[in-house]
Amino acid sequence: MIPGAFEYHRPSDTASAVSLLQSHGDEARVIAGGHSLIPMMKLRMAAVEHLIDLQDCQDMKGISVDGDAVTIGAMTTQHDLIESKILADAAPILHEAALQIADPQVRYMGTVGGNVANGDPGNDMPGLMQCIGAVFTVLGPNGDREIAARDFYEAAYTTAREDDEILTQIRFTAPKGGYAYEKQKRKIGDYATAAAAVLLTKEGGTVASASIAMTNLSDIPVWSEAAAQALVGGACDADSVKAAVAAMLEDIDPSEDNRGPVEFKRHVAGIVLTRAIERAWSRA
Amino acid sequence: MSKQHIKFTVNGEEKDVLAEPRELLIHTLREQLNVTGPHIGCETSHCGACTVDIDGKSVKACTLFAIQANGTEITTVEGIGSPDDLHPLQKAFREHHGLQCGYCTPGMITRAYRLLQENPSPTEEEVRFGMAGNLCRCTGYQNIVKSILAAADEMNGVKEAAE
Ligand SMILES: Cc1cc2nc3c(=O)[nH]c(=O)nc-3n(C[C@H](O)[C@H](O)[C@H](O)COP(=O)(O)OP(=O)(O)OC[C@H]3O[C@@H](n4cnc5c(N)ncnc54)[C@H](O)[C@@H]3O)c2cc1C
Ligand code: FES
Ligand code: FES
Repeated sequence: MIPGAFEYHRPSDTASAVSLLQSHGDEARVIAGGHSLIPMMKLRMAAVEHLIDLQDCQDMKGISVDGDAVTIGAMTTQHDLIESKILADAAPILHEAALQIADPQVRYMGTVGGNVANGDPGNDMPGLMQCIGAVFTVLGPNGDREIAARDFYEAAYTTAREDDEILTQIRFTAPKGGYAYEKQKRKIGDYATAAAAVLLTKEGGTVASASIAMTNLSDIPVWSEAAAQALVGGACDADSVKAAVAAMLEDIDPSEDNRGPVEFKRHVAGIVLTRAIERAWSRA
Repeated sequence: MSKQHIKFTVNGEEKDVLAEPRELLIHTLREQLNVTGPHIGCETSHCGACTVDIDGKSVKACTLFAIQANGTEITTVEGIGSPDDLHPLQKAFREHHGLQCGYCTPGMITRAYRLLQENPSPTEEEVRFGMAGNLCRCTGYQNIVKSILAAADEMNGVKEAAE
């Protein structure tokens, strides 16, 4: 499994990477951790003439927390996310989710920017980012622009990012209340059969606010406002959880693959969402 | 595309190789440098038989172009110990029957080496979680876990004795 030939570039900062992208047009691709791209290149499902390696772009690495404003550089690895104490305090849902992505070797290389930019419906971070209301910054020839995670995904492998733009950072407000990322997979290192990200806040014994997103149950992540609305105002009892699951099932559109037929996926989706809501509520 | 010079150290020795950018590190190691400890199991980033240590990270060498490793320090199972001076992990795998066919072993030991650097006294569960990127078709994992826990004890004991 040898990929097609390409020319290799290793710019030392993000601005140079953008100008390389611009000068080579759609023949160029950036590589971050390479743990989605290289497998695709080996299968010759991605043809790349110019490969632009972002590993030296220090300006895209690191995590900062300022009050409740969290910023994560796109080149921060999943391993870095897991190791970060300040992130675990500010947004424990990211810590919980990152531990469920792939395996240790993949997490040392795979970056959070690559995970959200890739556009593979199986990636875990996109749904999570929609749940927490994150905003992505992309840098192109005309400078920076910001795109909400909830507006970023258009179809499998198609996002609002233009070919000559690089996703440089992810920003969000540290979530409050209870949280959970629940994922069902066939084995460690596998993509989700179904996964759910849930945030809940509680006031006087009832749900004050909720946000729910589902992974790998459509060709893009599904942020289900209806499922969240079914919980708000209620006591998060069995009936309101059932109503939330029913609302979520209206919003997803899974397809059959080697993880199972559609009915099985819908069943698993209901189970992971139920578990995620219960865990988030117990932490709210 | 033309070949390019790539420099890195492998098990402490400086190497300068010529490779096309599309050459995967596992092929450079095995075919150009005759470092055949890291194995090719699946070639699809799943089995971990090709695991090497790059600048303190466990990496699947089948999922990295050699040129991405330019300027790094690479350690393979050969660099962890030698036949006359086995590393505690290597000894423990032998003593506790941590291998049968041995195909997965270089990757197992190289990964376990980094795991114990980061967490010198892991619990059984932490070993299982930390070794989840390495597959073994023979042992059923029980003795691999046992070997790694025994090596950790041995390494901690050696350290205590020296103090
Ligand atoms: C065995 C295995 C199991 C896995 N399991 C999971 C899993 O359970 N869950 C999961 O979410 N993922 C999983 N992955 C994928 C892994 O998390 C990838 O690392 C991740 O999807 C992509 O991150 P990367 O840094 O490796 O990106 P790359 O592979 O380098 O890039 C992926 C794509 O994004 C583009 N890109 C990367 N960075 C940027 C950027 N900053 N700006 C613009 N475009 C960019 C690239 O051009 C490419 O098209 C698995 C991978 C493997 C090999
Ligand atoms: S050969 Fe690299 S992971 Fe299997
Ligand atoms: S000992 Fe045979 S694959 Fe592990």
